[in-house]
Amino acid sequence: MAGLLEGKRLLVTGVITDQSIAFSVAKLAQENGATVVLTGFGRMSLVERIAKRLPAEAPVIELDVTNQEHLETLAEKVGKHMDGIDGLVHSIGFAPASALGGNFLETTWDDVATALHVSTYSYKSLAMAALPLMRRGSSVVGLTFDATKAWPVYDWMGVAKAGLESASRYLALHLGKQGIRSNLVSAGPLRTMAAKSIPGFEQFEDAWTRRAPLGWDLQDQEPAARAVLALVSDWFPATTGEIIHVDGGYHALGAEAASI
Amino acid sequence: MTRDEITSGLAEILEEVAGVNPDDVAEEKSFTDDLDVDSLSMVEVVVAAEEKFGVKIPDNEVQNLKTVGDAVTYIESNA
Repeated sequence: MAGLLEGKRLLVTGVITDQSIAFSVAKLAQENGATVVLTGFGRMSLVERIAKRLPAEAPVIELDVTNQEHLETLAEKVGKHMDGIDGLVHSIGFAPASALGGNFLETTWDDVATALHVSTYSYKSLAMAALPLMRRGSSVVGLTFDATKAWPVYDWMGVAKAGLESASRYLALHLGKQGIRSNLVSAGPLRTMAAKSIPGFEQFEDAWTRRAPLGWDLQDQEPAARAVLALVSDWFPATTGEIIHVDGGYHALGAEAASI
Repeated sequence: MTRDEITSGLAEILEEVAGVNPDDVAEEKSFTDDLDVDSLSMVEVVVAAEEKFGVKIPDNEVQNLKTVGDAVTYIESNA
């Protein structure tokens, strides 16, 4: 698919290590002709080191999606590197430890509010912050984990993802007139920094690799990244408010097939 | 590269990344218990060490690197 993103300008959030889904997105985007700017949060020195591992080192802009000033100045800072945004990739999520790992019934509102602010509301805030640089044909893509179901240990992060899935549909509704699309990729479990911080995450892993009709590689971020980039590209021009599953087919099955 | 050279290289990284006093860095010291390196700092220490020493330290190896000496041994035999 060489040149799929020729001339496209992408703003990619959520790179923290080279196992981040966003790192795969940025790498494949560059390999397919795109210009990439990254945003980083928290440990900026780490994000900058990782940015050097891309085929072409990408500039990194600090962005805390709960910081109003960061949001208000984002377009101006991105504008110094690229004169527009064709693809905006939201790969951001966070929940305090008390909101994960089986503590669902005891989590306080403050902790739930943090999870929703960072993981759900940020989808809208990020899109609005980038809107001045977007134009007809631009595409916003986020990452979810199938929120139509309850999962062990995922708890309030699952609720936040359900909100994200809805927020993406509303973004599709409200930005549709401007010709801007909003879609999500629903990936299977991947061993990223984010996943490793969820206690008991490995409970998903076995079931997934066993049950998914196509099988599932917990260490391969590329399938999810490819889907993100397909949605950024011009090859989904009439698709918005959609969720594409990149999970080996796990979601399609009602029960585990013993042996086919 | 000698073990002492690797240790002092690691001390530089630990100071830069996690604010560890280089005088506290010795082979028997545990990254988390003695040097108070949190998990995200450890990720950056690993990334910085990979670049400084030209090694690849896979995730499943990182779990085994409890002490500075463990890291020195890994780098010594893989660089």
